[in-house]
Amino acid sequence: MARDFKLPDLGEGLTEAEIVRVLVAEGEEIKEDQAVLLVETEKAQVELPSPFGGRVATVHVQPGERVKVGAVLLSFADAGTGGRGAAPAPPAPARAAAPAPAVSAPAAPAAAPAPSLPPAATPATRRLARELGVELALVRGTGPGGRILDVDVRVAAGGGAATAAPAAASPAAVVRAAAPAPATPAAPAEAARPLAAPVSLPSLPRFEQWGPVEREPLRGIRRRSAEHLSVAWAAIPHVTQHDQADVTELETMRRRQQKREGGENADLTLTVFLVKAAAMVLRAHPRFNASLDHGTGELVVKRYYNIGVAVDTDQGLMVPVVRGVEGKGIRDLAAELTRLVARAREGKATIEDLRGGSFTVTNTGALGGTGATPIINYPEVAILGVGRARQTPVVRDGQIVPRLVLPLSLAFDHRVIDGMAAARFSTDLVGLLEAPERLFLEG
Amino acid sequence: MVMGELPREADLVVLGGGPGGYAAAFRAADLGLDTVLVEARGALGGECLHVGCIPSKALLGIAALVHHAAAAADAGVAFGPARIDSAKLRAWTQRSIDRLAQGLAGLAKARGVEVATGHGRFEGDGSIRVAREDAPPATLHFKHAIVATGSRPAPLPGLEVGPRVWDSSAALALPSTPARLLVVGGGYIGLELGSVYAALGAEVTVVELLDGLLPGVDRDLVAPLARRLGKQFKQILLGTKLTGMRDAGGAVTVDLSGDGAPNQLEVDQLLVAVGRRPLTDDLGLEHTRAARDARGFVTVDAQRRTADPRVLAIGDVAGEPMLAHKAIAEGLVAAEVAAGRPAAFEPLAVPAVVFTDPEVAWCGLTEADARARGVEARAVKVPWSASGRAVAMGRTDGLTKLVFEVASGRLLGVGLVGPHAGDLLAEGVLAVEMGAVAEDLAGAIHTHPTLSETLGEAAELFLGRPVHLPPPRG
Repeated sequence: MARDFKLPDLGEGLTEAEIVRVLVAEGEEIKEDQAVLLVETEKAQVELPSPFGGRVATVHVQPGERVKVGAVLLSFADAGTGGRGAAPAPPAPARAAAPAPAVSAPAAPAAAPAPSLPPAATPATRRLARELGVELALVRGTGPGGRILDVDVRVAAGGGAATAAPAAASPAAVVRAAAPAPATPAAPAEAARPLAAPVSLPSLPRFEQWGPVEREPLRGIRRRSAEHLSVAWAAIPHVTQHDQADVTELETMRRRQQKREGGENADLTLTVFLVKAAAMVLRAHPRFNASLDHGTGELVVKRYYNIGVAVDTDQGLMVPVVRGVEGKGIRDLAAELTRLVARAREGKATIEDLRGGSFTVTNTGALGGTGATPIINYPEVAILGVGRARQTPVVRDGQIVPRLVLPLSLAFDHRVIDGMAAARFSTDLVGLLEAPERLFLEG
Repeated sequence: MVMGELPREADLVVLGGGPGGYAAAFRAADLGLDTVLVEARGALGGECLHVGCIPSKALLGIAALVHHAAAAADAGVAFGPARIDSAKLRAWTQRSIDRLAQGLAGLAKARGVEVATGHGRFEGDGSIRVAREDAPPATLHFKHAIVATGSRPAPLPGLEVGPRVWDSSAALALPSTPARLLVVGGGYIGLELGSVYAALGAEVTVVELLDGLLPGVDRDLVAPLARRLGKQFKQILLGTKLTGMRDAGGAVTVDLSGDGAPNQLEVDQLLVAVGRRPLTDDLGLEHTRAARDARGFVTVDAQRRTADPRVLAIGDVAGEPMLAHKAIAEGLVAAEVAAGRPAAFEPLAVPAVVFTDPEVAWCGLTEADARARGVEARAVKVPWSASGRAVAMGRTDGLTKLVFEVASGRLLGVGLVGPHAGDLLAEGVLAVEMGAVAEDLAGAIHTHPTLSETLGEAAELFLGRPVHLPPPRG
């Protein structure tokens, strides 16, 4: 039986992917669940397993191509009836599968299939969606009769779960390229798409008047980060609280343990301890483990402690999430973090690896620096930045002694958190890092 | 080099100063674009202002007055026959037009929109050349151009416009009131102008090729209009084709073929109103990459961009419905797109109104439209006999019809027929665009006693709890 394998719904606001590599050839017999394509979404590189086995008749895509959810990737001449083959990913709405309106000749209206109802949303909401680059057809409305409200669009644009029930209400919304302005005659052949910007920006001068320039389209993770960070920076009044922790004891203990049981599969890094410490302090300061729901005007305090860890990768910044940190011991955390970081660096992080965080730790210490003011990972409300631990002269009992001092920078959302609360959070965190045995008492 | 040959560089050139064109130019200027508006007529406003919507509404207002005066006799108030001074009526209409045209010129000036008077054509080198009557041609280089050249009355082969044959533009100039007028075409233009001339005293006959008036419009809405026009007009000949015409000096004899139609009819004047055609043939569009469909419409996407990245098209040239307010909305979108903004023309409800007596007005989807999209929809109808106001006006021939999606109760479309239906439609357009559900319409208080109550009543009817209609059975 001939069958098509279409780009499945990748979850969490992803509508398209770029083909990185085709792992099968036409004529090749493949098994159900065999990886057939490596694709890059705006969140991660993922291998796509085939939902059914059979002989590949046609490969419809090639590396570098961007495909929409629902686009046919492979055709099978005689596909077997695989277990999951009976129910492949739900078909994407026809609109998502249609090619983006480009500057090429638009299809004659008569040729288009009869569309179903356009999404119910007020003209003002539709304008907002266009400005934020959100495809309304893929947003689930929460208003009367399923009407899409501003808040639904904003949640979809943030790609995050700003509602009280993140998993259930997570919209399958997708950020599409905002309708590009008509290209000027001198525009490069490659379609660069405007970034969704939360504020209107003045146009750029012609840089060419001062010398030669090169233009490089932002893609994938870098593009997604740029948009995400713009939203975070524009929406959140950031304040950064700086502090220092004496981690001499922690470092001694860490090295000892690392030698004893650390290894390739469980790298006992300083970050592991920071993740654990953060989760413990968050339990005592729940407002730092929250999101502000614009739509309802509520603070959504999370009773789970999923700590994201910023990882520098070749494709850009990724934030894999360690889930349920409160219930895990240092050893398990080390193993899990080692696994997550490796997957991210190899471009194999799954969508699940990258979602559901409630607080983020970003450790730039490996590369030096005395401190940085990190940007909060919206819709979270705080982030811990960590600099490089250095041997520093410290006054103790009237004596100057060399101690290993770790600079900490806690950025917080001042709408949700007051400066005094941040100072207390920071003090508690320092206390925990300076008495590291306490980190082992939980989980 | 001759003066006037100096090329002018502009961010945006808009071809055509009708409602779509001037709206686009004004919005573009407000967004900071250096904008030139090219108009051949010598005054802004387009067909709509000069030979369309505005003069026809001025005259239809007078027609309504004549009808009201006559109808008052039933209530015991008699005025006697109307005496019409055509010259004075013409001048009165023209004053309205001039006033609005001057207003537009002032608005253009206030925004710094440069108006170039002349016929604009795309040239091979990516510029627009404006042929001017009293000056050498001007060359305009543009970053973007918006084609907004509108439409003209469609000709009928064999019936060339002349002293005996008017098109809508000629008829609106009110050259005379013929004793016997034959209107060819039962669409909205033919019926509106037929109504005007009937009120002015002409004996009006309408011939329509298809088997109903207002082809394409919901039959529930057309029926009350057809009944009333049957009294205003001498006769309405449906399914009838005009096969020939002989000008016999004193009168015109036309040959007809159709069931129930006489073979020949003697009239004094013909009015051809068989639709409008987009004006795209003399624009030099072949020098752009813009594509046209079989009917001559420029094909555009939601941003109103043509296949040429520098050229956008709006209004009548960009497709049906050919309505001024649709052109204005598209013009604003195109201007924003030219300014690099993420705009799109994606209305849920483009209102349409036939300004006859009674008026016919609709927007959004009909039940059949919804079905074609695979949507389960239900139409509810409230006859105006249930409206206190309609009864007090002596006009119970109206009907309010709402189409709801069954599952969500979302309002998908509105149809109205009756006096002031065009004004009543506004609530429906807003409700459809807002994604209102029946409960929203029912829960909004409608003024008593007004015709707008029928909209609230229809929503209540959909919800199974009407007040001014018998209770639902079962």
